[in-house]
Amino acid sequence: MEDDAPVIYGLEFQARALTAQTAETDAIRFLVGTQSLKFDNQIHIIDFDDENNIINKNVLLHQAGEIWHIGASPADKAVLTTCYNKTSDSRLVSCAAVWRMPSDWETGSHESPDDSAHNPQTLELLCRLDDSAHGNAACVLWEPMGDGKRVISLADNNALLWDLQESSTQATVSSTATLEGKGQLKFTSGKWSPHHNCSQLATANDTCIRGWDLRTMSQIYCIENAHGQLVRDLDFNPNRQYYLASCGDDCKVKFWDVRNVQEPVKTLEEHSHWVWSVRYNHSHDQLVLTASSDSRLILSNMVSISSEPFGHLVDDEELSEGEENHQEDKGKEPLKDSVVSTYEEHEDSVYAAEWSSADPWLFASLSYDGRLVINRVPRALKYRILL
Amino acid sequence: MDGEADGSVAASEDPGRRRRVHGMLKLYYGLNEEGKAPEQPESLDPCDINGPHFDPELYLNKLRRECSLAELMDQETCMVKQIRSLDSDMQTLVYENYNKFISATDTIRKMKNDFKKMEDEMDCLSANMAAITDFSARISGTLQDQHTQITKLSGVHTLLRKLQFLFELPARLNKCLELQAYAQAVSSHRRARCVLQQYSHLPSFKGIQDDCHAIMDKLAQELRQKFRDGGSSAKDLSECVELLLQLDEPAEELCDKFLSHARSRLESDLQGLEAEIRPYPATSTLKDASARRSSSTAAVGSPTDSSPKTSSLPSPSSNTDILEFIDRGCNEFVSSLCLVITSYQELFINHAQKGELASKNIPQMANGKLHTFVDDLAARYFSLVERRIQEEKGVGDNSLLVRALDRFHRRLQAVAKLLPGSAVPNQGTEIVVRAATERVKQYLCALQSFYMDSLTDVRQALATPRLSVAGASVAGGGAHLGGPASGRDAPTSLPELLSSLSASILNQIKSVLASVHLFTAKDITFSNKPYFKGEFCSQGVRESLVVSFIKFVCQSSRQFCESAGDKGGSTPPALLLLLSRLCLDYETSTISYILTLTDEQFLVQHHSPVTPVTTLCAEAREAAQKLLNHYVKVQGLIISQMLRKSVETRDWVNTIEPRNVRAVMKRVVEDTTSIDVQVGLLYEEGVRKAHSSDSSKRTFSVYSSSRQQARYAASYTPSAPMDTNLLSNIHKLFSERIDIFSSVEFNKVSVMTGIIKISLKTFLECVRLRTFGRYGLQQIQVDCHYLQMYLWRFVSDENLVHFLLDEIVGSSAHRCLDPAPMEQSVIEVICERG
Repeated sequence: MEDDAPVIYGLEFQARALTAQTAETDAIRFLVGTQSLKFDNQIHIIDFDDENNIINKNVLLHQAGEIWHIGASPADKAVLTTCYNKTSDSRLVSCAAVWRMPSDWETGSHESPDDSAHNPQTLELLCRLDDSAHGNAACVLWEPMGDGKRVISLADNNALLWDLQESSTQATVSSTATLEGKGQLKFTSGKWSPHHNCSQLATANDTCIRGWDLRTMSQIYCIENAHGQLVRDLDFNPNRQYYLASCGDDCKVKFWDVRNVQEPVKTLEEHSHWVWSVRYNHSHDQLVLTASSDSRLILSNMVSISSEPFGHLVDDEELSEGEENHQEDKGKEPLKDSVVSTYEEHEDSVYAAEWSSADPWLFASLSYDGRLVINRVPRALKYRILL
Repeated sequence: MDGEADGSVAASEDPGRRRRVHGMLKLYYGLNEEGKAPEQPESLDPCDINGPHFDPELYLNKLRRECSLAELMDQETCMVKQIRSLDSDMQTLVYENYNKFISATDTIRKMKNDFKKMEDEMDCLSANMAAITDFSARISGTLQDQHTQITKLSGVHTLLRKLQFLFELPARLNKCLELQAYAQAVSSHRRARCVLQQYSHLPSFKGIQDDCHAIMDKLAQELRQKFRDGGSSAKDLSECVELLLQLDEPAEELCDKFLSHARSRLESDLQGLEAEIRPYPATSTLKDASARRSSSTAAVGSPTDSSPKTSSLPSPSSNTDILEFIDRGCNEFVSSLCLVITSYQELFINHAQKGELASKNIPQMANGKLHTFVDDLAARYFSLVERRIQEEKGVGDNSLLVRALDRFHRRLQAVAKLLPGSAVPNQGTEIVVRAATERVKQYLCALQSFYMDSLTDVRQALATPRLSVAGASVAGGGAHLGGPASGRDAPTSLPELLSSLSASILNQIKSVLASVHLFTAKDITFSNKPYFKGEFCSQGVRESLVVSFIKFVCQSSRQFCESAGDKGGSTPPALLLLLSRLCLDYETSTISYILTLTDEQFLVQHHSPVTPVTTLCAEAREAAQKLLNHYVKVQGLIISQMLRKSVETRDWVNTIEPRNVRAVMKRVVEDTTSIDVQVGLLYEEGVRKAHSSDSSKRTFSVYSSSRQQARYAASYTPSAPMDTNLLSNIHKLFSERIDIFSSVEFNKVSVMTGIIKISLKTFLECVRLRTFGRYGLQQIQVDCHYLQMYLWRFVSDENLVHFLLDEIVGSSAHRCLDPAPMEQSVIEVICERG
């Protein structure tokens, strides 16, 4: 069974920000934000046609500045947030804002694809998530599976919970949490937990991972020295509420049970440089995607700590007797944690990787040189998980 | 004429000639020297004048045919001469023989006369003899009657004497009783007993018998009393038992009594022994342990001079060392046990077999009782000995223990000889085996703790110079981590530390092996037991001592990587490097050396599968690799931290025009150099790609002039933003992918390459996260040029440094708001000035 070849798309600019369009569940669509100090920055809307293996792109201008982080609203396809750098008076300011895509970006591109490159449409600013009192924004997190009304922004050592009102045109800070401690503390990354009624947040600063209760905005757990070096990214297991994956500059990917923060449940050491991004598959949480500055993307199959450690046992009962023996043998086979595949299509550091929100077997990765690669989970593994 | 010739011949003849003459005669008559017929083959020839088939006619014809006249004449004279000489010889012989014959005839005649005289005398003798016989018969006839009377009288006399003995018996027995001559009394009684029994129907004898019985009962009573009192010596006791046995006492009861008596004495011995162990309160063991440790460390340094006293001195109760203890056990308990066994066997088994008691199955019964008795006591003895051995924990001097065990084992052989079927010797051997395995375990522990101690020493040795240097750097205002400083000062002593460490470990192993070897010495009795010949050597010494230790070394080394993995600072990097070299040395030579040494010393015969050298080597190599990788990682991280802090804490947009290379870069180069020195002390140079003639400058100018210019040019032309990426991608197409945290080889260049790769990649990633102003970019340019100038020499492939620095400058140019690169010449000036 041959797997489809990866699809590669090249951006003109360097890029770090990648997200799937979370609210879109039919089309495979990714959003990429570029980084350029000299030209107007862009948001590329990448549509992937699964049947024909073709990529369609649309470009929207993001004139505010170079994009460091991008997040798509889980409720409204057209709404997204970015964190960007703005230079003013030879000073750099990091800002965050909520944007809306122009409603006709799709039609425009289809009618005259050549024009769109030259005259791209501009994003419509809904509101800024700026609060001069609270430093530079590092990232903005949407409430998972929410109605697109609540976001959290991490700015320096503050976590701000915003309420978006009047179709996101107004944002007010509803509560804040501040990281206290010695030295200049700064959040590097965070993740809003989809569990516990979306009342928990995990953040990373330096080598620590902290959990916050959003109702009281107080710390609930802290994993000191989670990684030997800086923690770069976090992700929650979508199906197991206490499980958390983290990655960092010690080249490791660690899996934690936040009820016991002394030791990681599992540690992966496959990358040969810093790991910048870790992502659980949304539906099959044994599939974990990691992106690293060793220019590699690694897909791991972490069966032992997944929510379905033995595959789908329910299906076995429905099988006819003839197949049952065969299936039993297969079921008893101890599935081991393993690296499924290492993707080497990138030639520069890969800073972001995302699963598609529409197709659970498809993912995209973005390297600094602006190369976006779309890959699929190998078919053999896919069938093994499904059957 | 013959006579004259004969005379002259006889006169002048010498024996040789006579001999020859005889020979010729003999030949003539067909006799040889031995009197046998000659067997010459040529004798058949009819022409042979000396042969038996000589035909004169043929011979004459032949002569006449063959010879000339002169020859015939010669032949004739010669023949005549020979015939003459033969004739004379014959005459001499005849004459000699005639004389002998005459004298023989005379002798025979004389003998005839003598015999006649003798015959007469013989007749006279026989007549006399007949007369003597007649007289003798008559005398014996007359003496017959008197002889029978005398015989009868003497019979009566003996009977009377016997009767007298019987009558006197009671009195005599009483006297014996008074004098306590029991043995005599019993033997007297025994002699009389049958007779008395036989004639007991006669009243007088009955009286005597009753008297005797009464006395003997009294005697038996007294003997029993004496036996019961038990105060007497073993010899007395056995005598007592012997007498009682003769008095028909029930043997079983006697056995029991004998044994119980012996038991009481042996138990007092055992209690004496126990008293030596017992007073071990908890406090003293504590004290003991601490004292022992000190003694063991002292012993570790020089195992030979640690006196046996020190190892067992610590506790007040064990002022008797184990040898003394065993000695005492042997001398008191085992020897008296042997004595009991011998006397018991003498009394109840050997003795009984001879007498009438044998029929009553006494030997079997007695033997059974003896076995249970011995087993019971031996078990208690063994438990005492084992307790004592367990207290023997100091590993200082093994010879004492071995000697004690040897003595213990040897003395038990005596028991084995006395009591063939007993399980005692086997149990004893088992105790020895257990003690030996326990010892081996203790040695392993001692080795391990020694290893850890020496590592602590090394750590301290590494830390001491670091303190001073760190202090200096603090004083000098250096705000950097103290870590690399260790690399700066340690080099002076690193190889010495390594060699002293490995030498001391090797010495320790050797001395331990020597100590353990005592167990298999030839003069030790238990060394020829199959266990000590086979399993002890292979499983005990080789596997659980030597192999376990090597495995321990590898494992503990690996732990350094894992436990310290995240913090990076807890283990000094120099120690990692040193251990990695140690493990590598182990892999290349030490392991096989140690194992060969062990195999030779212990003549290990591998009955059971043992760990092969290759497995251990692989393990050591793996550990070495892991340590070295970790070293690279730690050192790389230390430099990375410096670089990262320097990039992150600066405001690159609003920086001033670069005038100098930043101090951090100098620090990086300095640290790299010191690491290079450090690694160079322990690892070989390694292979590197050929340098270009002017590496430091040429490569830099290349990227700054051609490629970098192209990049900037591209940046200035808004119409073609793709070109930048295109160029960079094309470049990457032709360069190999670089694995940053990858495994390194065991050489300096590879290690340095690893460290520099990690550092520069960190630099790159940090730069990409920042935004630069014009002067920020220029500062990076200056810094990179400086690094380029110094770092190329450390790595295997200078293109790598080139490539990474190129990326750094490229990336910072991209992240620059106002990319106006500095003139190459200015950069060079700044760098050279710095």
